[in-house]
Amino acid sequence: MIASTWQWLTDPVNWSGPGSIPDQIVTHLWYCAIALFTASLIAIPAGLAIGHTGRGRFFGVNLAAAARAIPSLGLLFLMVLWLFPKFSGSSGSAAFVVPSLIVLAVLAIPPILAGAYAGVEGVDPAARDAAKGMGMTGLQVLRRVEIPNAMPLIFSGFRSATLQVIATATLAAVVGADGLGRFLIDGQKIRDYPQMAGGSLVVALLALAVDLLLGVIQRYAVSPGLTGRRTSASRRGRVDTPASTDRSNTPLDVEISDPRRTVDSQPS
Amino acid sequence: MKLKRISVTVAVVAALLGTAACGGSGGGDPLATGSSSSGGGGGDSSAITVGSADFPESALLAEIYAGALEAKGVKVDKKLNIGAREAYIPALQDGSIDLIPEYTGVLRDYFKKDMPGKDSEAVYTELKQVLPNTLTVLDKSAAEDKDALVMKKSKADELGVKSIADLKGKSQDLVVGGPPEWKTRITGLVGFKQIYGLEFKQFRPLDAGGPLTLQALKNGQIDAGDIFTTDPNIETADLVALEDPKNMFAAQNVVPLITKSKSNDTVAGALNAVSAKLDTETLTTLLKQVVVDKKDADVVAKDWLSQAGLS
Repeated sequence: MIASTWQWLTDPVNWSGPGSIPDQIVTHLWYCAIALFTASLIAIPAGLAIGHTGRGRFFGVNLAAAARAIPSLGLLFLMVLWLFPKFSGSSGSAAFVVPSLIVLAVLAIPPILAGAYAGVEGVDPAARDAAKGMGMTGLQVLRRVEIPNAMPLIFSGFRSATLQVIATATLAAVVGADGLGRFLIDGQKIRDYPQMAGGSLVVALLALAVDLLLGVIQRYAVSPGLTGRRTSASRRGRVDTPASTDRSNTPLDVEISDPRRTVDSQPS
Repeated sequence: MKLKRISVTVAVVAALLGTAACGGSGGGDPLATGSSSSGGGGGDSSAITVGSADFPESALLAEIYAGALEAKGVKVDKKLNIGAREAYIPALQDGSIDLIPEYTGVLRDYFKKDMPGKDSEAVYTELKQVLPNTLTVLDKSAAEDKDALVMKKSKADELGVKSIADLKGKSQDLVVGGPPEWKTRITGLVGFKQIYGLEFKQFRPLDAGGPLTLQALKNGQIDAGDIFTTDPNIETADLVALEDPKNMFAAQNVVPLITKSKSNDTVAGALNAVSAKLDTETLTTLLKQVVVDKKDADVVAKDWLSQAGLS
């Protein structure tokens, strides 16, 4: 079994041309990217708004929690039956892909929303008060204090959504779209178990790789004050004078609850 | 933390491999024992127990057989909706049931794979050869339930096609939909190319005669798709099944499969009379009454039997 899976994975036939592994990986990532982008467009502003204002919290949080219970496969078939007539007459891929994208976006919204909301809400009230005390407007507080501080949780929500979406995007194959799910569905139909196992291995590896990539991005996107990368960041900051001046004005440096920061935040 | 995630992934992959391996090994069918223990043939030994598979058409055919036998004074027990072939063939062999409606092609393939016959007569002859000696089939009927390449009637008329062969020279502009296995099967894209010389613009992997194919066909996402010949939707959705002159899809005639010891002239006469009257159109109409109009299968069966002069 393992040998034949390996054979399938290393067969050159599966690595070039339409429907090959790289081809399906690109399609798969493309589906995921569109779904995650759409979901972020909805969930991040909503989450930030709820976290910042504290309004709509009950509604938003419970809705997101409830949405987690939506069975993706069921929703997919519902979407297909509803959308096929809307795409009547067009023999393109839209009718097969759009239902899957909607399902994936619905799947991605709850974790992203929860991350954004919890991140903003969890910001140290002292930092927020200090920002207000400095005369920042509400939007400035959000943009310059709350969002940077919420970044780790926003990222964690996004990463968990990404993992789910990459795994679930295989469902698209059930309703005639492409993506890595094709190997699982096609393999199962013709009892080609090496193809199924190989396909799922590729999905798992892809999810790991993307998560790793996001981890790296997160490391550099999140304010150094929060990640403990302070030393190297401040070293760079010394060279880049305007940036370091600017940073010294941000409330991040006002907040001194983390002892690490106080130690090396004074460049000699 | 990262290590943990990796180990979780490894565990998941291992689990997946394990599941796939289980599927591959096949093994015993738990249903088989269930159905055989339930039987034993209640009542006297002359009674015939009619079984059916667990889909509406099979149950309907079983009701028709039962009605026809009762009309000839044969005592009948019914054990309908047993399950898949893997469950009810053992039930036939251990005497839990005596008679079941079957389809020539798939039944032949159940006992012996990869036989060459494609048309009704050849498949029927081969089926008789491969049956175990305790079982026999009576006359086959003209009614067939098999895969067909189906198009919208309007589209077929527009292109002027009546059979799959007519698609020659036109198929390159058409999108065809079918179950994913069509991609590699001789009863699929491979057959269309080898047997009819057809290449389609695109293949859309959907389901085998299910709701996806039907919806995609109705709404024009695909131009031709795989639908079963007795599907009532062919009639209600204004579709047309293209003829298959080269018998790419092997014949699937409805045929009564019966235990040899239970078959006598009365029984065979009654069932052969049913088979003589049954064709695909009739079966489709009757099935529509059950599936679409939600009538009881036994009522539909009785009505048709009296209408056909068999009761």
